[in-house]
This record gives sequence, C-alpha cells and structure tokens, in this order.
Amino acid sequence: MQYETIGALQIILGVIARFWPVWIALAVILALSLSLKRYLGLYGHLFDTGVGIAGLMICFFWLFTAIFADVIAPFDPLQQIAIMKDAPPGAIDPNSGAVFLLGADRLARDVFSRVVFGSQIVLVIAPAATLFSLMVGSTLGLPAGYYGGRIDSLLSFLANLVLAFPVILLFYLLVTPGIRETPIPQWLAGVFFMFPIIFFGALFYTRFAGRPALLAALLAATLLIGGWVYAGLVFDADPLGIISITSNQLNIFVAVVFASSPGVFRIVRGLTLDIKTRDYVAAAQTRGESAWYIMLWEILPNARGPLIVDTCLRIGYTTILLGTLGYFGLGLAPESPDWGTAIKESSRLLRAHIHPALPPVIALMSFVLGLNLLADALREQSLRD
Amino acid sequence: MASFILRRLGVMALTMLCLSLVVFFLVNLEPNLKKLAISQLDMRSSAEDLENWLDRNGYRQNFFVRYGQWLGVVPKQPNVDPATGAAVSRFAFCREPAEARYSGVLQGDFGCSTKFKVPVAQKLGPAIQATGILMFWVMAVMVPVSLIIGVLAGMREGSRTDRTLSVASITTTATPEYVSGVIFTIVFASWLGWLNGSAASATNQGITFYNFTLPVMTMAVYGIGYIARMTRASMVEVMTQQYIRTARLKGLGFNAVVMKHALRNALIAPFTVIMLQFPWLLTGVVIVEVMFRYQGFGFALVEAAANNDIDLLLACSLISVLVVLSTQLISDVGYALLNPRIRVR
Repeated sequence: MQYETIGALQIILGVIARFWPVWIALAVILALSLSLKRYLGLYGHLFDTGVGIAGLMICFFWLFTAIFADVIAPFDPLQQIAIMKDAPPGAIDPNSGAVFLLGADRLARDVFSRVVFGSQIVLVIAPAATLFSLMVGSTLGLPAGYYGGRIDSLLSFLANLVLAFPVILLFYLLVTPGIRETPIPQWLAGVFFMFPIIFFGALFYTRFAGRPALLAALLAATLLIGGWVYAGLVFDADPLGIISITSNQLNIFVAVVFASSPGVFRIVRGLTLDIKTRDYVAAAQTRGESAWYIMLWEILPNARGPLIVDTCLRIGYTTILLGTLGYFGLGLAPESPDWGTAIKESSRLLRAHIHPALPPVIALMSFVLGLNLLADALREQSLRD
Repeated sequence: MASFILRRLGVMALTMLCLSLVVFFLVNLEPNLKKLAISQLDMRSSAEDLENWLDRNGYRQNFFVRYGQWLGVVPKQPNVDPATGAAVSRFAFCREPAEARYSGVLQGDFGCSTKFKVPVAQKLGPAIQATGILMFWVMAVMVPVSLIIGVLAGMREGSRTDRTLSVASITTTATPEYVSGVIFTIVFASWLGWLNGSAASATNQGITFYNFTLPVMTMAVYGIGYIARMTRASMVEVMTQQYIRTARLKGLGFNAVVMKHALRNALIAPFTVIMLQFPWLLTGVVIVEVMFRYQGFGFALVEAAANNDIDLLLACSLISVLVVLSTQLISDVGYALLNPRIRVR
C-alpha cells in the first residue's frame, strides 16, 4: 500500500507543533522558577546546574504531556483506521487528509497518539505506587530501626524475603487473571492502603495530642479522606463515584507497591539507625517525648534528603517495572496504550516495521533518564549543604 | 566468621522454606489448578472432567500433605489405577515409585514438568547451562567495561571526562533491557545488518558472534551504568585519602598512584555491588531470553509461569532464590575479607 507522505523535516516540525501546550507550560514554569529562584530553596538550587535543569524539564515535559494529552493527541488511542495499517511515519490518510505523524501500528492506530496517552497511565500509576510504598516502607522502617530487637529481626526477615524474589517471578505469581478471581489482591490492597491512614493518624496524634480541638479536626479529616480513598480503591465502592479502579489496575498497583516497599523499608531503617544516635534525638528522649513522636517528628524530617533522592530514583524504577509488566503482557489490557505494552506489541514485528517500536522506547527511556538526572542533581545539592 | 556463615546459612534455609511455601500456595490457587487441568486436557472439557483429572492426579489432597510430599518429608503415595489396582505414574513421561517412599526436593526429586513433558531436572539442567554461558559473557563484558569507566571518571573528579562518563552511565541506568534490546536490534540488525536479532540458533547450532552479541550487549548495558557509578564514587573517595596525597608528595607519577595505590582500595565497594547485581541479572535474563528466543532458565521460567507448570515453577523459584541469597552471602563474606576494617560479628 502506497501512502502520500510528508517529509522528515515536516514530521519533526509537526511533532514539535503538536506539543504546543507543553511548550507554553514549560516556558511559564521556567520563567517563574528562574525569577523566584532565590525564594524556592532546594527546588531553586536545582537551576544552578545543567543536569538539574535537564532533569526537571524532562520530568515536567512528560507531566504536562499527560495533563494535556487530549489536546496534543490528534487521534483516540484506540481508534483504528483500517486503511492506515502499518503506515510509515508521516503518512496521510487518503479519506480524511489527517497526518499520521509517527505512522500507524499493526492495528492501524496512530503511534503518536498512543505514546501521548500512554504517558497518562505511567504518570498516574508510577508516582502513586511509589508514594504508597514510601508510606508502607517508612511506617515499618522507623520502628524497626528505632526499637531494634525482635521487631527489627521480624520485619527485616520479611523484607528480605520479598527482596530475595526475582521481581519477574513475583509479578508472574501476583499479576495473573487467575489471581483476580481470588480475593488476594483485595486483601493485599486492604493491608497496604491502611498504611497511609495509620501514618497520618500517628503523625497528627503525636504532634497535637495537647490540643484536642485541632487534633480532632485533623484526625477526622484523615479518616474521612483516607476512608473515602480506601473505600474507592479497595472495595470499589466510592459513594461519590469519583475514585474507581478496575480489578486489573488494582492488581498491578498492589504488585508494584508490594515489590518496592521492602526497598524503602531498608533505606528508612538504615537512616533511622544512623539518626537515632544524634544529640537531638537524645534531647527529645530526655524531654520525655513518646517514641512515635521522635520517629515521626525528629528522625523522619532529618532523613528527608536521602529519601527525596531515593523517591526520585524509585519513580523511575517503578516506571521500568510497569514497562516490564507491559512487556510480558501481565495485568494491563492488551490494547492499553501504555509504553511497556506498546514495546511488546512492536518488538515482535521488528523485522517488518521498526517505526511503531521507537516512539514508546524513547518515551520510556527519556522519562526515566529525566528522573535519574533529577535525582543526581538533588544528591549533589544535598551533599553540598 | 564460621559462626556468622553458619547463622547466615540457617537464615537462608528458613527463607527458602518460607518462600517455597508461599509459591506453593500461589500456584495451587483454584484458578491456577483449573488452568493446569485445562492445559493438560483440552479447552472443551467439562468442569466434571477437570475435577476428575485433578482428583485422580492427587491435586485434591490436603495442602500441607502435598507440600510435605513435594519437600520430601511426607512419603509420596503411588498413584493407583482404580480399574486394575496397579500403580501407574501420573504422567506418562516421568516415572514414579511403585511403593510409598520419601521422594521430594530434599531427596533430589524435583518432579515432572507438565509443560515440557519431561522430568524437571532433565529440562532445567541444559537450561541452566545455557543461561550460565550467557551470564558468563555478560559478566565478562560488563565488569571490565564498568570498572574502567568508573575508574576513569573517578580519577579526576569534576573533569570533563568525569561529567561525560557520568551522564553516559546515568543514561544506561535509564535503559532497561526491553528498551536497549529494541534499540540495538533496530540499529545492528535492521539497519546495519551486522548481527542477528534472534539467538534461537545459539541453542542448537552453537554460539557465534553473529547470534550472541545482541543478547549479551543488551543485558550488560543496564548493569554497566550502576556499577560504573559505584566505582566512581568509591574512586573519588579513595583519591581524597591521606595515603594518596603522601604517595603524590613523595614524587610518584599520577598514573603510578592510580595503578598501585588507589585502584586496589577503590575496588572493594564495587565487588559487593557486582555480587548484588545477580538478582538484577535474573530479571534481565528472563527479558533477554524471551526477547531473543534463547532457550535458557528465563525462558523455562516464563513458560512454566504462563502454563502453571507447578513443579517446574517451584524448582525455578528455588533456584533463583538460592542464587540471590548465596550471592548476598558471598558479597558479605567477601567484603569482610577484602576490607580489614570491617569485623563481622
């Protein structure tokens, strides 16, 4: 099948032009950040180095792409236009005259639109799962490091148990259509999603126990918001109908949190072991503060530097894990536009067509690269202080 | 030291026991057993047939009894054909004892692979060998390259070489196997035509540069960046030490200082990191073997998981967990031996 195509230069210009909302948003962010740099603390310091600026801009680029996906993508990610099957980049649809900037895949879907919409899936699941594992890891890692002894041995043993599993085996066991027929994902979700509620409850309780009115308000807010999200995610029974999650998304989410929590646990535990020997912790102990107050309000804030760096790296790692899930066809629907699934689909047909494979590959790589650069810049900053 | 190693071995055994129990539980979930029965009979079998098959082959016995049989602490009963009263093997392709006896993992009997229709040991032996060859070449490429990059970058901190190599290593850590595999295949197989985009021929026709370079490259790249960064950090730290300054001040040349004084001390930390890379490599092996169609351990694992081949999957998980835990142990012991300042209680 011969298509009328546009030239390489026009393809590049066309792709750049389609991202116009992203460029505007990036320009606004860059201008604001540079002018307010002195007041922005750590974030402002990132603009001192080329690595920091590059990392931030790549991350913001994908963030805004995910936000403005509807405007950027010319087609629906699932829309099939049969005549365009395997069309090369820049091919023009003879019926509507629309341009397939990066060509069409095996099922005649626009590759460019799919990559753009794929960013939405990745940028929702990866940071959210990382935040949850951060909560789980710190809620368990703080007492393990602080108390030591039996609690530490038990929790460390469990963490090492999970870490001893090769990730891929864990996913093959935990993310299958079969396991969705059993209540196991729900149980795991029920356990994991309790941690944010416990975490914030303890956080407010230890700090504001002396001020009952404020404490009551904060605890009520925690329970209300936490319970609402909990009901929506675990039981899929959000009374307002805003939060809903399909069973395969829940399955992936839980598996990813499960796989990355032990890593956070180890880091938090190590940091706690280090920080608990400091003088300000001894001072707090002498004041007679409760153990959880010391953990949450003395140790945790002082561990924030390495934790922020780790979180950055971990979001990248989670993105890679999601890609792995997609690559093995686990969990995500086969027509899902996420990058891993797209790579799987196209890599099987590399001998015939290479154009559907390159865009998702570059997208995934650049996003993870952005996060790694950002983490590197943050680490340099924290070392300088 | 001896008591430390003994205690670690004990924890290792306990970990493997717990993990095998978890895996055993997961592969024996009702939907997974159904999947197995369907794959052994056919799609149109009635629910009754499936149930019969499961019952006849002993999948309906008590969970713990079956786990014990698999482990080898509960005697395995022979499978008796109700019509003739004679003992028959459950699967035609693998023989089972005719009288009750202990025959499990502890006795070295890993069971039968229902997917490949051979005893597990017979399938996994060649597969592990194939993967061992792959791993050897990956290590042979990855370790020297990453150490050289790390040492070159860390030799003069902040120089242009350092910046360039650091960004390059960050880039490779952002490139998982399924990304670099696709890129390399496009460049070296589709465009240049230098290399073969599939390693399927490596299994039966032998390994050549043509069919084996891409898988090795793909796997090595992801690890290189990480090890190189660790080496760099360790090198940077060593270069600021007193003894390096002393060596410089007594008039030694820069190269001699690096080669004789810095290198040995800088390579202690990367040793642990390289050992801890093995769990990563296991995941990499699975991706690369599937991507390039190489019949090794990872390929067997994926096939076992996709078809719920219970015995094969259990054996695969045992082996991978054993690899992970023993490399951790080696890394700890090696670190203590290499670094006289560390004392292991």
